[in-house]
Amino acid sequence: MSEKKFSFKKLMEYYDEVLSLPHRTEVARELRDEDDLFMLLIYSDMLGIPNPAFYYTLELYPHILEKFHDWHLRMGMEKSPLDGIRCC
Amino acid sequence: MSGIWLALVGGIVFFVGYRFYSKFIASRIYRLDPEFITPAHQYKDGVDFVPTNKWVLWGHHFTSVAGAAPIVGPAIAVYWGWLPALLWVLLGTVFAAGVHDSGTLLMSVRNKGQSIGTLANKLIGQRAKILFLFIILLLVLMVNAVFAWVIANLFITNPSSIVAVFIQIPLAIWIGYSVYKRQGSMLIPSLVALAVMYFTAILASYFPVLQIDFVEYFGGEGATAFTGMTATSTAFFAWIVILMIYVYIASTLPVWKLLQPRDYINSHQLVVGLALLYIGLLVTNPEITAPATNSGADDKSWFPLLFITIACGAISGFHGLVSSGTTSKQLNNEKDVRFVGFLGAIGEGALALVAIIAIVTFFPTTGDFTSTYSGFNAANAEGLGVFVQGAGQLINGLGIPVEVATTIVAVIVVSFAATTLDSSVRLMRYIIAELGREYKVKPITNMHVATTIAVTSSAALTLIPEGPNGFGSGGYLLWPLFGTSNQLLAGISLLLLAIWLKRRGSNYLPALIPMLFLLAMTLYAMVIQVFTEWAPWVAETSDWLLFIFGAIVFIFAIWIVITAFSVFRKEGENPQMNND
Repeated sequence: MSEKKFSFKKLMEYYDEVLSLPHRTEVARELRDEDDLFMLLIYSDMLGIPNPAFYYTLELYPHILEKFHDWHLRMGMEKSPLDGIRCC
Repeated sequence: MSGIWLALVGGIVFFVGYRFYSKFIASRIYRLDPEFITPAHQYKDGVDFVPTNKWVLWGHHFTSVAGAAPIVGPAIAVYWGWLPALLWVLLGTVFAAGVHDSGTLLMSVRNKGQSIGTLANKLIGQRAKILFLFIILLLVLMVNAVFAWVIANLFITNPSSIVAVFIQIPLAIWIGYSVYKRQGSMLIPSLVALAVMYFTAILASYFPVLQIDFVEYFGGEGATAFTGMTATSTAFFAWIVILMIYVYIASTLPVWKLLQPRDYINSHQLVVGLALLYIGLLVTNPEITAPATNSGADDKSWFPLLFITIACGAISGFHGLVSSGTTSKQLNNEKDVRFVGFLGAIGEGALALVAIIAIVTFFPTTGDFTSTYSGFNAANAEGLGVFVQGAGQLINGLGIPVEVATTIVAVIVVSFAATTLDSSVRLMRYIIAELGREYKVKPITNMHVATTIAVTSSAALTLIPEGPNGFGSGGYLLWPLFGTSNQLLAGISLLLLAIWLKRRGSNYLPALIPMLFLLAMTLYAMVIQVFTEWAPWVAETSDWLLFIFGAIVFIFAIWIVITAFSVFRKEGENPQMNND
C-alpha cells in the first residue's frame, strides 16, 4: 500500500516537473535579469555613473566576482570588459 | 467495424515504428553518441541550458508541439474517407515526422543548440536565413488568421464555452504572479484553475444566462444587425476584433505573466482530453459509420490535397522550431534524441489518430456523414464542429452528460487555439523586428509597432475571405495555405538534415525521400489550387487574396527546390560546417 502511494507521489512529481519546466526557465531568466541590474548598480562607478554607496558596494566585490565572470561570458565577451575587474 | 480497431492498428504501427525504424535511424543514420557532451552540459547556465531527465523533456516537448492543428487537419481530411487520413497520419508520423523532429533536434545539439534558422544560414547561406524568416512569417500569419477564425467559429457554435475560456485569463495571471513571487509549485493552483474552468463550463451548459451568444444579441441567425451585415457576420467581426485586442495585450506581456501559466493549465487539458477520449473510446466501443474512402468526394481529389490538409499530426515544420529552439538546449544525453524527438512526434500522431476516430464514429449512419461532408468547403467549415460533437459523444460514454462533454471539448480546443494564437503573434512580432534589423527599417523594430503590424495584418486576413455566412466567416479557406507553409518549413528542415547527413558521410535517404515527397506534393497541390482554382482567369472560383498568397507560397517552394539542387550539387566542395 505504502509503495503504491509512493509511486503515485512520484508520478505527480514527474508530472509537475514536466509542466513547470518552461515556466521555471522564464522565472529564472527574469530573476537573472534582476541580478544583472543589481550588478550594474554595484559596479556603476566603474562605468562612470556616480554611485554614493560605492565605498560599501565595493565590499561585495569578492562575492560577486564569479557572477560577473558568468555575465560577461553570457554577453559574448571572452575577457572582462572592465579594467578594474580582473576575473579572468 | 469498431473504432477501437483504428486505435489498435495505429498503436501497433507507432510501436513498430518506434521500436525498429527509430532504432535504425538512431544507430545507423544519426549514429548517436552517448559520450558526446551536449550543449545542456557544455553551456549549463540554469536558464536556457539545463540538463533535463529524458522523460521530463519528452513530456515538455510533447505538450509544446501538440495543439489544435492536429485536430483541425484530420477533421477536414476525413472528407475523403478515414483510410487515406489514417494512412497519412500513421506513415507520415513514423517516416517523416519522427525523422524530422529527431533530426532537427540532433542537428541543433551538434551545433551548440542553435536554432534551425541559424543552421540554415550556416549550411546554405545568408539567403536561406532570409528565406526562412519569410516562410516562418507566412506560416505565423496563416496560423493567426486560421486560429482566430477557429476560435470565433467555436464561440459562435458553442456559446457555453466562452465564460470558461475567458475565466482562464485572470486565473493564469494569478498563477503566474503567485509562482513568480513565491517560487512554489504550480501544480495545485493550476489544478484549482482547471476545476474552476470546468465548473464554469458545466454551469454554462445548463444556464443560458452564462452563454454569450453574439448571434442572438445581434438579432438571431439570418437577421440583419445594426452594422448592415447579417447577425452571424457581425458576430464573427466582433469576436475577431475582441480576439485581436486580446492577443495584442497577451503577446506584449512577459511570457511568465500569462502565456506560460496558461500553457500549464492547457497541458492539464491535453492530458485530461487525451485520457477521456481514449478511455471513452474503450468504454463506448463505437462503430465507424464514415466510409473508408468517400466515393462522393469528387469536387476535390485527395491526391495531393490530403498531404497539405493534414500537416500537424503527420509532419509539421513547426516541430523543428521547438526541437531546435528549446528542447536541444536541455537534452541531457545525445542518445535521448531518439526518445524525445521520435516519441514526441508519435505523441502528436496519437492526438491526430483520436481526432480521426472521434469524427468517423460520430455519425449514426453513413448518409449523415455524406450529407455533412457534402463538399470540400463544407468539410473545411464543419469539420472542427463535428470533432467537438464526436469527442463529446465519446466522453458521454463515461457518464458525463453530452452538453457538458461538448462544452468541455470546445473549451479544450479553444484553449489550445488561443495559446497557439498568442505564441504565433509573439513570434510574428519577433520576426518583423528581425526583418526590420536586417533591412535597417528602425521603426518596425519597436515592440508596439511590430505587434500592431502583426495584429492588423492577421485581422485583415481573417476577415477578408467570405464564407457562406458572409464577411469574416471564410477564414477556413486559408487552411490549405497554412498546411502548405507548414509543409514547406518541414521540407527545408529535412533538406538541411539531408545536407548535414551527407556531410557527415551518413546515408541521407531517410531524410531526402520524405523531403522530395513533401515538396512534390506541396508544389503539385499549389499548382492545382493556385492556377486552376483561385486564379483570376477561372471565372467561378477565382479569389484574388488566395491567389496572391498561393502564388507567394508557390514561388517560395520553387526557390527552395532550386536551392536544394544547387547545394546538393556543390556538396563536398564546401565543408564549412564542422559537426563532430
